[in-house]
Amino acid sequence: MIINGVTIDETFAEAFGMKATRAIITAQNEKWAMISAQAMTGFATSVIACGCEAGIEKVLEPSETPDGRPGVSVLIFAMGGKSLAKQLETRAGQCVLTSPTSALFAGIDEGVQIPLGKNLRYFGDGFQIAKKIAGKRYWRIPVMDGEFLTEETTGRVEAVGGGNFLVLAKSQPQALAACEAAIEEMRKIPNVIMPFPGGVVRSGSKVGSKYPALGASSNDAFCPTLKGMTKTELPADCESVMEIVIDGLTKEDIDKAMRVGIQAVCDLGAENGIQRISAGNYGGKLGPFHFHLREIMA
Amino acid sequence: MSALTFKMKRRLDQRVDMSPLVCNKLAGMIPTEIAAIELQNGKSKIRVDELFRINGDDTQNIVIEGSFSKLDFIGKQLEGGSITVMGDVGAYLGLEMKSGSIKVDGNAGIYAACEMKNGYLEIKGNAGDLLAAALPGNKQGMRGGTVLVKGNAGERAGDHMRRGTLLIEGNAGDYCGSRMVAGTIAVMGTTGRYLGYAMRRGTLLLWNQPQLSATFNDCGSHTLAFLPILFASFKNLNSKFAKESARFNRVQRYGGDMAETGRGEVLVKI
Repeated sequence: MIINGVTIDETFAEAFGMKATRAIITAQNEKWAMISAQAMTGFATSVIACGCEAGIEKVLEPSETPDGRPGVSVLIFAMGGKSLAKQLETRAGQCVLTSPTSALFAGIDEGVQIPLGKNLRYFGDGFQIAKKIAGKRYWRIPVMDGEFLTEETTGRVEAVGGGNFLVLAKSQPQALAACEAAIEEMRKIPNVIMPFPGGVVRSGSKVGSKYPALGASSNDAFCPTLKGMTKTELPADCESVMEIVIDGLTKEDIDKAMRVGIQAVCDLGAENGIQRISAGNYGGKLGPFHFHLREIMA
Repeated sequence: MSALTFKMKRRLDQRVDMSPLVCNKLAGMIPTEIAAIELQNGKSKIRVDELFRINGDDTQNIVIEGSFSKLDFIGKQLEGGSITVMGDVGAYLGLEMKSGSIKVDGNAGIYAACEMKNGYLEIKGNAGDLLAAALPGNKQGMRGGTVLVKGNAGERAGDHMRRGTLLIEGNAGDYCGSRMVAGTIAVMGTTGRYLGYAMRRGTLLLWNQPQLSATFNDCGSHTLAFLPILFASFKNLNSKFAKESARFNRVQRYGGDMAETGRGEVLVKI
């Protein structure tokens, strides 16, 4: 399959089941909602060392938020329910509770309920106030800038993490420009996040390493500087490969995001140095979700 | 199916216990069975069909026409369904109701919504004393749901109230929110003396400056984020509380009752 001179490899991305939740952060204005959301989703690129994968899903208009203020929705993914709950609580406590004028609400009502402000309330030292409004329980926690309002719980749902595709280009600037174009389109799709910095990862990994202590290491088959030293997957004139990793609430959400992302890359096409689209997998044996590139782009 | 309608044939001198005529107890019964139910009337019993003309068969949608102030315990322990009352009602309207809705287009007697657990109760006229309160000797009054009074409420509205929302469009009498444990009482009109007497927690949301006891301390003016959410939850009510113009998020906050644990609050619109 070739789209606008870009070859779509006959391969697939392999993804895993994860647990996910959504939280809505509001503030006096969009600037401060975004600051809080960026803090909450910081250092959350990969579960390998961050404990969770998190990102900003979208900016919300005042009419879309529970308290009628500007807001931002964030998605958080983890490998297990307990680790998700711990990450959510830690990040909510350190990054949203502390952020001026913020309030924190559930972004998913269904599913298993996990603590959002349920335990943060103890920060109120006995002065906290519970309010049950329209079936939902909120906590009003007195803080120095006024009151921190938070919903007691949010819903945890089954999700999919690790959808991906690789962009092979003739030069590093061209690979980055293509990924930037892809991310711009992918951010318009709901229910997904691209957790790496700016949505792009330049250090894709393979399973295992020559060093026994490491479970993952640089994906040498896609490293352009190793073309002559390893069993490479790259054409001779490829100088740079970048990857976009996608976590989504469902497989269909990731399908949509991958489709618009790959299409945006292909729209730049061979004339902008884009050579191939490939994907990362583990032979199909580890992850239950397979995203076949050619099926997605058919 | 049409609403199961009980139309009053005659007014009795003695009070009537209406607690058997709730949706959950009548479910599955045919009209002749319902007609044969005996209601307590003073010291004696009276058959339902002696007191009411019965029409309709939808036991989950009950209408009581021609009601008057001696019909007690209407909607007692109601669990689902709706009861609509044309006229006044006696004491203990919606006592311990668990879910469903009750609407009264007249006045209610004492202890309306007493120890109510959940559901919706609306009184178009006035409510008597001890609205949403606890039975004498009990420690918890209303525990959930929403009560809307379009008229005035008597004394000790929300006494021992534990949770839920009590909305009063008119005035509230003395001791409003007394011994309140938690929950929200909103009063658009005026409030009487000893507001929030011995309240432990909970919120009294007022449109007019009250006469406060010395055991309530001024905590200053504030913009509170939960108020827009609270008002948004009223938007589907047939009430002044649903109007856009009724909404505010700026209040003067008073903490009290300091003679108790002092975690309650009186919020006054500014």
